[in-house]
Formats: sequence, C-alpha cells, structure tokens
Amino acid sequence: MSSASTLPMQPGAQAPWTQPYRGTVGMACLIIAESAIFIIFIVAYIFYLGKSLTGPTPDQVLEVPIFGTICLLSSSITVHLAVGGLRKVNLRAFTFWLAGTVILGTIFLLSTAQEWYRLIYERGLTLQTNLFGTTYYSLVGLHASHVIVGLIMLSLTLLFALFGRVNEHHIEKFDTLSLYWHFVDGVWVVVFTVVYLVGR
Amino acid sequence: MSTIPAIKGVDETQATQRARTPGGVIHEWLTTVDHKKIGILYITYALIFLVIGGVEATMIRIQLAVPDNHFVSPQVYNRLFTMHGTTMIFFVAMPIVFGFGNYLVPIMIGARDMAFPRLNAFSFWISAFAGVLLYFSYLGASGLYAAGSAPDVGWFAYAPLTAKVFSPGHSTDYWTLAILLSGVGSIGTALNIVTTTLCMRCPGMKLSRMPLLVWIYLVMGGLVFVTISPLTAAQIMLTLDRYLGSHFFDTQAGGSALLWMHFFWIFGHPEVYVLVLPAFAFMNEIVPVFSRKAIFGYPAMVAASVCIGFISLSVWAHHMFTVGMGAAGNTFFVFATMVISVPTGIKIFNWLATMWGGRLIFATPMLFSIAFLFQFLIAGLTGIILAVAPFDWQLHNTYFVVAHFHYVIVGGILFALFAAFYYWYPKIVGRMMSEKIGKWHFWLFVIGFHLTFDFMHIPGLLGMPRQIYTYEADRGWGTLNLIVTIGVLFQAAGVLVFVYNLVRSYYVGKMAGPDPWDAWTLEWSTSSPPPDYNFAVLPTVKSRRPLWDLKHPEDPDSDYEL
Amino acid sequence: MSLCSKRQSAGWGKSLAPWMSRGAACGALALSLEARADSPMTLFSPADPQAQSIYGISLFVLYITLGIFIVVAGLLTFVLIRYRQRPGDENREPAQIYGSNQIELSWTVIPILIVVTLFLTTTRVILGTEAIAKPKGALEVTVVGHQFWWEYHYPKLGIVTANELHVPVSDEEHPTYLEVTSADVTHSFFVPRLAGRMDVIPNRVNEAWIDPPTPGLYLGQCAQYCGTQHARMLLRVYVQPQADFDAWVKAQQQPARQDFSSDRTAAEGEQVFMHNACINCHAIAGTVATGRFGPDLTHLASRDTIASGAVPNTPGNLRQWIDDPNSLKPGCLMPSMHLNAHDLDTITAYLSQLR
Ligand code: HEA
Ligand code: HEA
Ligand code: HEC
Ligand code: CUA
Ligand SMILES: [Cu+2]
Repeated sequence: MSSASTLPMQPGAQAPWTQPYRGTVGMACLIIAESAIFIIFIVAYIFYLGKSLTGPTPDQVLEVPIFGTICLLSSSITVHLAVGGLRKVNLRAFTFWLAGTVILGTIFLLSTAQEWYRLIYERGLTLQTNLFGTTYYSLVGLHASHVIVGLIMLSLTLLFALFGRVNEHHIEKFDTLSLYWHFVDGVWVVVFTVVYLVGR
Repeated sequence: MSTIPAIKGVDETQATQRARTPGGVIHEWLTTVDHKKIGILYITYALIFLVIGGVEATMIRIQLAVPDNHFVSPQVYNRLFTMHGTTMIFFVAMPIVFGFGNYLVPIMIGARDMAFPRLNAFSFWISAFAGVLLYFSYLGASGLYAAGSAPDVGWFAYAPLTAKVFSPGHSTDYWTLAILLSGVGSIGTALNIVTTTLCMRCPGMKLSRMPLLVWIYLVMGGLVFVTISPLTAAQIMLTLDRYLGSHFFDTQAGGSALLWMHFFWIFGHPEVYVLVLPAFAFMNEIVPVFSRKAIFGYPAMVAASVCIGFISLSVWAHHMFTVGMGAAGNTFFVFATMVISVPTGIKIFNWLATMWGGRLIFATPMLFSIAFLFQFLIAGLTGIILAVAPFDWQLHNTYFVVAHFHYVIVGGILFALFAAFYYWYPKIVGRMMSEKIGKWHFWLFVIGFHLTFDFMHIPGLLGMPRQIYTYEADRGWGTLNLIVTIGVLFQAAGVLVFVYNLVRSYYVGKMAGPDPWDAWTLEWSTSSPPPDYNFAVLPTVKSRRPLWDLKHPEDPDSDYEL
Repeated sequence: MSLCSKRQSAGWGKSLAPWMSRGAACGALALSLEARADSPMTLFSPADPQAQSIYGISLFVLYITLGIFIVVAGLLTFVLIRYRQRPGDENREPAQIYGSNQIELSWTVIPILIVVTLFLTTTRVILGTEAIAKPKGALEVTVVGHQFWWEYHYPKLGIVTANELHVPVSDEEHPTYLEVTSADVTHSFFVPRLAGRMDVIPNRVNEAWIDPPTPGLYLGQCAQYCGTQHARMLLRVYVQPQADFDAWVKAQQQPARQDFSSDRTAAEGEQVFMHNACINCHAIAGTVATGRFGPDLTHLASRDTIASGAVPNTPGNLRQWIDDPNSLKPGCLMPSMHLNAHDLDTITAYLSQLR
C-alpha cells in the first residue's frame, strides 16, 4: 500500500466534520416508508366507511379501547425515560423503565386480542363479513403486527439488560429503537382517531 | 489519455489476492457485502432479465407483425406482455438503476461502503429471489405440468380481473408476491442510499458540493419510500383478498375497482420518475465531462430534481382520465401533470447550456447521451400531448401511449444506461470498452429504436388499442406494425453487439487507468477497479469538482461556486 | 398523404406531416404508406361534434409541441455542430461557466406561460363535454360490458340486445346518452370517431353521450384489458336515419318468432335449444330461455355479426360457433355443448329464423 492522501488536506480552516448518526437516519427513512403503507390502509378504511352492503357496522360493534390506548401511550413516556436512564448511565433506571415499556405494550396487545376475540366470537365480524371487517382487521392488524415487532425487539433488549450486556455505548442504538416505538404509538393515535372516533 | 498529475490516492497494489478457485469466487460473490460487488450483481442480474424481457418483446412483435396472426395463442400473448412489462419495470429498470447507485454513490461521496452493508446484500438477494419467483410461475402456477401459466393480468393488473373468480389458479399470486418482495428489496436499497448520502460523506463534501448524481439518487431514494410503499400496501390487500377472502377490491361485495387504480398509479406514476431520475443523473455526469465544461446551473439542477420529486406525487390520475372522474378531477390532474414539464425543461436547457461553448467529444457515452436528449425531448412532448385530457380520452390505452412510454423508457432511460455503461465500465472493470464496437451498437440501436417506436405512434393515432393479441385486417394498422416489428430485429442486434462488447472488453479491452475520461468526480481518483475499501485515505474536498481542483491548482472551482 | 380516409378539412394534414416525421428518419415513408390505409378507427376523422372539439384541441396541442420541438431540437443541433471538437482543438480548455440566474429564470417562465395556455384551453374542452346538463330529448341506452361481449338496454323502449348498438342520427337536442357499467371486470367503451370513450367499471355507472349527425357504421372496440379475449371484444355502432331507427325499434320490440309450423327443422331446433343448457345462459323473449350470462338471442338473426363482431353472422359461422365457440374466439366464456351434427343443424336453423 503506497500513498498519502488523495486530495490535498486543508489543515485547520474547517469546522469539525459531523454528520447525523446513520441508525437514526435509517430509522427515519423506514418510518417514512411505513407511514406511506399505513396511509394507504387508512385511506382504504375511510373510503369504505359506510359502504358495507351488510352489517355489522362500526357503531354497532366497536367499543373504544380506552384502557389499552392509555397503556400504549404511556409506554412512549416510559421508553423515553429508559433512554434518559441509559444516557445518564443509570442502568437500573434503564432496565426498570424498559421493563415498564414491555409490560405496557403487552397489555395493549392483550386488549386488542380481547377485542378481536369479542368481535369474532360474539359479534361474528370477521375479515370476510363485509367491507368494514376487511378494512378494520387489516388496519388494526397491521398496527398490531408493528407492536409485536417492537415488543420483540424491546424484550430482547430487556434480556440483554438483565444479563448486564447493555452499556452506555448502546445509547444510539437504543435511541433508534425508541424512535420506532414512538412511531408505533403515533400511528395508533391516528388509527384510534380514524377507527374509533371518526369512523363510529 | 490521462495526462493529469498523478493522483496519489490510487492504491497501486492490486486488490484482493485471495484464493481464485471457482468455488472460492462463487462463495465470495454469494456472501459479499461490498457495495461494488453488490452493484455488479444488481447490474448483471438486470442485464439477464433485459434479455429475457427483450425476448418476450420480440415474441409480442412477431405476433403483431401482421393482422390475424397465429404465432401464439391469446392466452400466451397475454402472459407475454404481462411478464414483459413486469420484468422490464421491476427486474430490469429498478435493479439496474439500483446497481449503478450502489456502485457509484459511495465512491462519489468518498465513502468506503454503504451505511448498512448487510442490509444491502439482503435487499439484493430478496429482489433476486422475487425475480426467480415470478418466472417460477411458468412451472408452478397451475401445477408443475401445466406449463405456461404465468400471470396474465397486465402489469397494472386492474381489479377485479385479479380477483379469485376471474383469475383462478396461482399465477396472480406469483405476480403479487414477486412484486411485494422486490418492493421490500427496493425500500431496503433506497434506505441504504439515502442514509449513505446523509451520513457518510467525506470531509468537506457538504450537500451543496455533492455530485449531481448523488443528489438525484437522494431524491430518488426518498421517492422510493413514498411510492413503493403504497404498492406494497396494495399488494398486501390483494393477497388478503385472494387468500383470506377479504373484499378490498371485490366489486360483488361493494368493493371498488377504482381504489386499486388509484393505489396502483399512486405508485405507478412516481415510479416512472424513480426510473428516469437516475437517467438524468447519468446525463449530469457525462454531458459536462464530454463537453469539457462544468455543469451549468448546479443549484437549479438540484432544485429541479427536488421539484420533480414532489410534483410527481400529485399527478397519478392522469392514467385515469377515462374512468369518469368528473371535470374537477380531470382539470386538476391536467394541471399537475403539465406543470412537471417546467422542472424537466429546466434540466434539458441546463444540459444545452452546459454543451454551449464547450468542446464536444463524440465518444460512445456522449453519443448515447445526445440521443437521449433528443429522444427524451420527444417523449416528454408526447407526454404533454397525453396530459391534455380530452385528447387522452382518445389516446388512452392505444399504442400512442405504448409509444410514449417506450420512448421515455427505451429512448430515454435505456440510452442513458448504455451511456453509463460505456462511461463507467473502465472504472468497474479496469478496461475500456471498444469504441468501434460501441459505435456499431449505437447505430444499430438508434435505427432499431426509431423504426420501432416512431412508427408505433401512428397505429395509436389510428385507434389501435394496446394489450390485444391480434387485430382485424380491415383496420389499416398492418403495414405500420410490420415496420415496428422489423425495428426490433435491429434493436436485438444492437443488444447482442452490446453484450459482446461487454464480454470481449473484459478480456481484451485497453487498460483504462484510474481516470480515462479526464473527469472530475471522486470515483476517478482511485484505481480502476477500485480496491475493496475504495480509498486508502479518505479524501477531503473543497468544491464540486475535486479532481478539477487537483488538475488546475491555479484556478480551482472553489473560487467560483456559490 | 393523410392519416385518415375520411378527413374533413384539408389544412391539418399539412401540419401533421412534419410533426410525425420529427425524429423519424422515414416519416415520409410512413405517410405514403398511410395514404393507402383505410383506418375506420382513426382519431382524425371525427364524426360528431364532441369528437370534433377534441380533434380541434388535438391539433392545437400538436402545433404547440411541434413548435417546442423545433426550437429545442434546433438549438441542440446547432450546439452539436457549432461546438463539436475539431481537429487541432484537442487541448483547448473551454471557458468554465457555472450558471446564470437570469437565463435560468427565462427558461422557467416561458414554459410556465406555455403550460398555462395549454391548461386553459384544455379546461375549456373538458368543461364543454363533462359539465353539460342532459337534454330532455335524449335517447337513453344502458351499456353493460361482459367478458368479451356487450349488452345494450333501451329502458324506455323495452329493448334488450347485444353487440350491435343502434342509435338514430342525432343533434344537440337529441343526443344518445349512454349509461355504462360492467357485469364483471373493467372494460372500456371506445368508438374513436364518435369520441366515445368511457371506462366500463363494475359497481359504478358512468355517463357518456354521442350525437352523430351522419348515418353510418362506426367501429370501435373494448379498450381496457379485460381478459383472454379482450382483443375480440369489438364494438359496432349503427347510426341510422330516424325512420330506419324507428323501424328497427319496432322489430326489436316484437317477441321472438314462435310459429315454426312451416319450418320443421327450425321447430325441432327450438325444442333442442330449450332442452339444452343454452337456456341457462341465453334469453329468448317469450320462451323459457331466460339466462343472462350470455347475449340475448331474441333477434339474433337481425345482427350482422356474432360473438361481438368476431365473425359475420352466416349460418356456417353460426353452426361452427355453436359446435365449438373456441375455434372462432379462443378463450371466450361459452363452452362447447358437444352437440351432434343433427342438433347443430336444427339449432342453427332455429336461431337463423330469429329476426
Ligand atoms: C420513465 C418513464 C416516464 C416519464 C419520464 C414520463 C414522463 C411523462 N409522462 Fe408518461 N408514462 C410512462 C412513463 C413515463 N412518462 C409510462 C410507463 C406510462 C404508461 C403506463 C401504462 O399505462 O402502462 C405513461 C403514461 C402517461 C400518461 C397516461 C396515458 C394514458 O394511459 O392514457 C400520461 C398522461 O398524461 C403521461 C404523461 C407524461 C408527462 C406529461 C411526462 C412529463 O414528465 C414529460 C416532461 C418533459 C417534457 C415536456 C420535455 C422537456 C421539456 C421542455 C423542453 C420544456 C418546454 C415544454 C413545455 C412547456 C411543454 N404519461
Ligand atoms: C423497462 C421497461 C421496458 C423496456 C426496456 C421495453 C422494451 C421493449 N418493449 Fe415494452 N413494455 C413495457 C416496458 C418496457 N418495454 C411495459 C411496462 C409494457 C406494458 C405491459 C402491459 O401492458 O401490461 C410494455 C409493453 C410493450 C408492448 C405492448 C404489448 C401490448 O400492449 O400488447 C410492446 C409491443 O410492441 C412492447 C415492445 C417492446 C420492445 C420491442 C422493446 C425493445 O426495446 C426491447 C429490446 C430488447 C431486445 C430485443 C432484447 C435483445 C436480446 C435478444 C433478442 C437476445 C436473443 C439472444 C439470445 C436468447 C441468446 N412492449
Ligand atoms: C356457460 C354459458 C353458455 C351456454 C351454456 C351457452 N352459451 Fe352461447 N354464449 C355464451 C356467452 C358468454 C357468449 C358470448 C361470447 C363472446 O362473444 O365472447 C355466447 C354467445 C352465443 C352466441 C352469439 C351471440 C351474439 O349475439 O353474438 C350464440 C348464437 C350462442 N351463444 C348460442 C348458444 C347455443 C345455441 C347454446 C346451446 C347449445 C349456447 N349458446 C350455450 C354463454 C353460453
Ligand atoms: Cu373488455 Cu377489454
Ligand atoms: Cu404517469
């Protein structure tokens, strides 16, 4: 290997060369792409509101999942606190808030599961019943699948944390993960508004 | 050719001296995460599919050469154009522009690799798998022995033709899944390109100093997120319809056929700009070098690219002027569509201004670029013609539309890609492609292209619809179609000459050296082919043309740029 | 030198010629070939006012794009010739110019002006066709697209027929209104010379109108890919003088012919038809045949073609069609009934009597 620098270096003169962390940028890109997917499903939901040929209709069967929603939204706060804990190298706080996030997320998922159970077995609404069923399950299901992915990653992190494998060098990575989780929460706000407030 | 002061960053020791057993080589390519190798994989893969898609096009043309032809059955014909369109868009055009992006973007911004090398490899392999899956449908869609059961719903696959009732069997499922998976790959690669450009630039390379190619890839990457994703969503819905019995596009259950059209074209229109932007990107690099002048109006070029990106999101329903949108909808989309000609025009005029007062060197890359300029101009103007909604009521789904988009895609994008091949081949392989064979390639393809696609406009004006496997003799379309078909023979000859040139030059081409074209961007500052790590020492740049500064220390660009 | 045989004004032909030959090395050849071609579906022979107005704006936009092409391509050619590298020139380094805001502005503003002009003209035509109230005297026809054939209802006249649309010569006060919809997938009703193009979409009714002033047969075809036989889903529009149209209406309103006492074969054919699966898919008014999946056959023999224009309606073709529809229209949705020769003959005789 020969060679000095290709192009003449300009000593001094320039401000330090900093660029954003790639994990954050990558996650931002992913979030843009995912948002586009959600938008299409939401558009389909709104487009088909009231167009079902047969019942049941949303106002007959939907109940507003207030408890689950509160849990999911508070999990955004806990994950934020977990990031703060890690940043301050307070690993106990980190683990505590992370565990809180996982529990809250799981509760949300369970509440969705319970709602689906009720709709399917008590109200007889399935994906095939009518346009409402089609759009409702796919939209809420798409969101739930994102919650599941997020929960898996959070739980893995939690496991690592419990085994003491997480340290302050992981802050940027965990920050990226928390970004995803905030996104999942944000989407829920929109889904919630569309499905349970506007659509009923 | 290169008489520039030695570029010191060139690493003279030849790259990898690893075990060169065949197995070793294969293993190396299968497991590589190097952006250059993945780029080459993408490009090779796309070239293979170009020939496959081209053979399908040839069969289409043979069938249409004369009225009432019986070369293929209607069923086979419908599969042919569906596979041709799908292959060309998703498995030729997309991978080839991603291939060049993969190869060039990191080197041009002075980085050693992409931001996420493993994601990069994953994206390639999943796209590759998708292509294989699509073609496996020939065997698998109605059982192994019912060969010839590829998808036959057209590349835009309007619902409810894709519903289980109208498209039994699994051919449409293969189509859906193949596109879904290739979409995942595209999003992955786009994510990589955007992140790489935003986070991995070498010191000094501010956004305002990035080569225009990189800028355009940045815009294109952004566009991919918001275009491929809707397609992915629509494909998920279609899959749910076909497998789980949901009713997104089921008109019997009150579903809407229009919804699919909207979703598809929300993808489909920006998608064509995803494809054409890289063609612009190649022009931005090639035209200045062979005019021996800096690009004219760099900030305007950047602004125009960004504008095109945004405007292209609002024009999709110009593919739907005939669905009965009503006057308000139609006028809106007429306007949005026409507006896009303004930033596009800015680009054309800036290239013109770049050439103005230059010293034009007609090497093969430049020849293809010049043809691009003329052909893209015509193609854009036929686009404007189609954008006039009342005229489009007559022209929609006729061969005029087919002529329009092949003019853009073949006359524009494919020509730009050929230019890019001749221009960067020396960098990628280390040897020059033959200029003489290159000129043969050029003239054969130009003649073939014009014979085929100029004459294709006329049957369109005479009312010939597309996607028909045959036509009546009394319609007066016969002679024209014959000419169109003859053109394909020249195109095929051109492509064969091109492939021959690619292969031949690999073995016997003239050694290229690091900078055969006396160019100005960073990729020419490292050896050809570049070592695994691209740059022994990361470069530092002070202007948009770092190599110009190096070659003209007395008069560096940095003194002039804004 | 013309693109169409029936063109009305002579002026546009001249202007179209250079437009078409632009970029084409052999434009002239194309035109001379075209002179001989008879193209019943050409866009350049408008036969009703609406088609006429579209044709007008078509020429307008062709002129404008031609103008742009000449200017830009001319500049390009000039640059190529003027600034090409000449021998002895190899080491000249041209002056480096980085841009100019004034110039940049001028080639932004001029295209904007052109775009605005084009847009306003287009809008006028759009409003002139799409935002017009339906006149009282309009004849109403419901058009239903089926996979590979067309069904026509005249709700006010009580007529159901297939594949061949009859309308009277009409004017602005008495146009024909088409309500188009589909029974299965998306099709498109496309009769270029009558400016008739409207997509035929299931679960949705679109409206279009035509008012052709001259009688004649106008051809078209389905213009949205709809499956295997999309290519042979042809359209025939018969524009008739009012008297002829009234006569046609009268004939169509009659029930199917019932009395075959003089024609033994046909009478037998009727029996065979009524005892076969034919009646599940076809309707013949006044009989037990009430199927809706295939075309109405009540007045089959009054039609010039069968199977949506695929073949002329001759006894030979009819017999072959009933024997094996796929031999005439591969991929069509009528199955072969595997009838024996005798049954085929009798059914053919029967159907041939249904005037
Ligand atoms: C890469 C591909 C590509 C590109 C770049 C374009 C560019 C454009 N396209 Fe095209 N198009 C396709 C690919 C592409 N298209 C495809 C694949 C289809 C068919 C899909 C299918 O149905 O299967 C299609 C179909 C299509 C339709 C639908 C036709 C129909 O189905 O009925 C329309 C209608 O408006 C249209 C318009 C345009 C316009 C206005 C542009 C503009 O971007 C062009 C802008 C450029 C210029 C205008 C030239 C340069 C400008 C100047 C010199 C400035 C001065 C000019 C003016 C002021 C006018 N295109
Ligand atoms: C990237 C996009 C792309 C490209 C490059 C092309 C390239 C070509 N296309 Fe096509 N085309 C589409 C995208 C593209 N197309 C799309 C999206 C559709 C719409 C599909 C639909 O409606 O659903 C379409 C539809 C389409 C039709 C309309 C079919 C119909 O509606 O019925 C036709 C008809 O002529 C056609 C022709 C051609 C021809 C002649 C070429 C030529 O330029 C091809 C040139 C290449 C070759 C000729 C290959 C050369 C190599 C060989 C022949 C080598 C043989 C040697 C060996 C095997 C050793 N294309
Ligand atoms: C499964 C349904 C089905 C059955 C059974 C069937 N047909 Fe048909 N028939 C069709 C369809 C669909 C078409 C339209 C085909 C096309 O044009 O693509 C058609 C078209 C025709 C036509 C041409 C009509 C026209 O206006 O062009 C005739 C004649 C005809 N059928 C006669 C018969 C006879 C006789 C039988 C019984 C021996 C029969 N059909 C049984 C579905 C059926
Ligand atoms: Cu009906 Cu095409
Ligand atoms: Cu478009």
